[in-house]
Amino acid sequence: MCLAIPGKLLERFDENGLSMGTIDVNGATTRACLEYVPEIEVGQYTIVHAGFALKIIDEAEASESLKLWQELIESGAFDIDEELPSPDQI
Amino acid sequence: MKSFLPRTRYEGLRMKYIDEYRDPALARKILDAIGRKATRRWTIMEICGGQTHSILRNGIDQLLPEQIELVHGPGCPVCVTPLESIERALVIATRKEVIFTSFGDMLRVPGSSSDLFMVRSQGGDVRIVFSPLDALRIARENPQKEVVFFAVGFETTAPANAMAVYQASREGIENFSVLVSQVMVPPAMKAILSSPANRVQGFLAAGHVCAIMGYEEYEPVAREFNVPVVPTGFEPVDLLAGILETVELCEAGRAEVVNRYGRVVSREGNLAAKQTIAKVFEVTDRQWRGIGLIPASGLGLREEFSRFDACKKFDVAHIHADESPLCMSGSVLQGVLKPDGCAAFGRECTPQHPLGATMVSSEGACAAYYNYHRTFDSL
Ligand code: SF4
Repeated sequence: MCLAIPGKLLERFDENGLSMGTIDVNGATTRACLEYVPEIEVGQYTIVHAGFALKIIDEAEASESLKLWQELIESGAFDIDEELPSPDQI
Repeated sequence: MKSFLPRTRYEGLRMKYIDEYRDPALARKILDAIGRKATRRWTIMEICGGQTHSILRNGIDQLLPEQIELVHGPGCPVCVTPLESIERALVIATRKEVIFTSFGDMLRVPGSSSDLFMVRSQGGDVRIVFSPLDALRIARENPQKEVVFFAVGFETTAPANAMAVYQASREGIENFSVLVSQVMVPPAMKAILSSPANRVQGFLAAGHVCAIMGYEEYEPVAREFNVPVVPTGFEPVDLLAGILETVELCEAGRAEVVNRYGRVVSREGNLAAKQTIAKVFEVTDRQWRGIGLIPASGLGLREEFSRFDACKKFDVAHIHADESPLCMSGSVLQGVLKPDGCAAFGRECTPQHPLGATMVSSEGACAAYYNYHRTFDSL
């Protein structure tokens, strides 16, 4: 029930006074209510739960965090070079 | 060592926001970093059943350095829906005038002597829907019937369930009602942390719950109980980055909330969704299956929407039920016992013949252990 994966908005329409959309989730299309993401545009990615789009995926943040992880790892920043606190300090 | 990253049926397709977070090389590097950072043992709980499923499927629990132990939390809605709600659902679904609608994974959850599938096989009109709006559509199309939706779940289903009720009220659809068993994560975390048996030193917070509620509400929990809380996602890189952050915070003695799921989670969450939840629901005490009553841990319909309350409409509020004494799922859900520590695990209790709800849902810890091997050495 809680495994929502990202889908891409293909089109929007109104139904019974609610803002709805067709969403492509890995090639399978599904319908979702867009009332909670009123600013979403066709082509954007969103998380869908129980038939509702709940959050537009922040593209800038997504590529930023991936880049950051890569860089941190490649720079060796994860190597132990500072003195670690001893357990009794914690 | 178990190979990392499963083959999926999508293999060959590039999937945006998924493939990058399944990159084995990146995952391996984060694993190494966790190994270097962890100077002592840490016990970390992932709250969300979806994360439990992903951790076991990807073998993350086995790839982690031995100082890091993951324990699995109560965040599976199917698992914590109390027995009395199941019994009430069964009574309502049996009625001739009712079309009973539910998310599919609730149908096999055992009540004291039956389940919704059995009601269906005996002639009950029980239908699986993916959204409460589908249930509302069925009500619109069947005005001569009473359509009931089983509104279970955590904060992730609350916006959908709230909107269905709100929309029914707006459209004047009076043959629609909801059987509400809606629960919330922060009170469950506090219950776990307050228990004398608690072993949890840091939390991975459930990414999609936080997408709606934000992570603001975890800040007082982190301060009060002196534990770090790290919202993260479901893919291996998300989970490992979340674990790395939690380990770093534990090592530094910093009881803070640090978001590791920035593409989906913000501090304040989805305000429109929170508003609709607050319009339709109010906070109530709630029974949790296997755990018992947790004060102020659930949502119930506000007075203005009480005509959509299936419990009242069908007069089933008096139905109570006791758990089977065999099932240890309460301890499993609180991270005190691993599923394979239960005497019935894999013997009397299997996904084909589940004794407890944690064996029914694929997000339940017992089913995840059964399906992904963590086991049979001792059997
Ligand atoms: S293995 Fe079965 S009986 Fe044991 S705790 Fe899990 S669900 Fe309950």
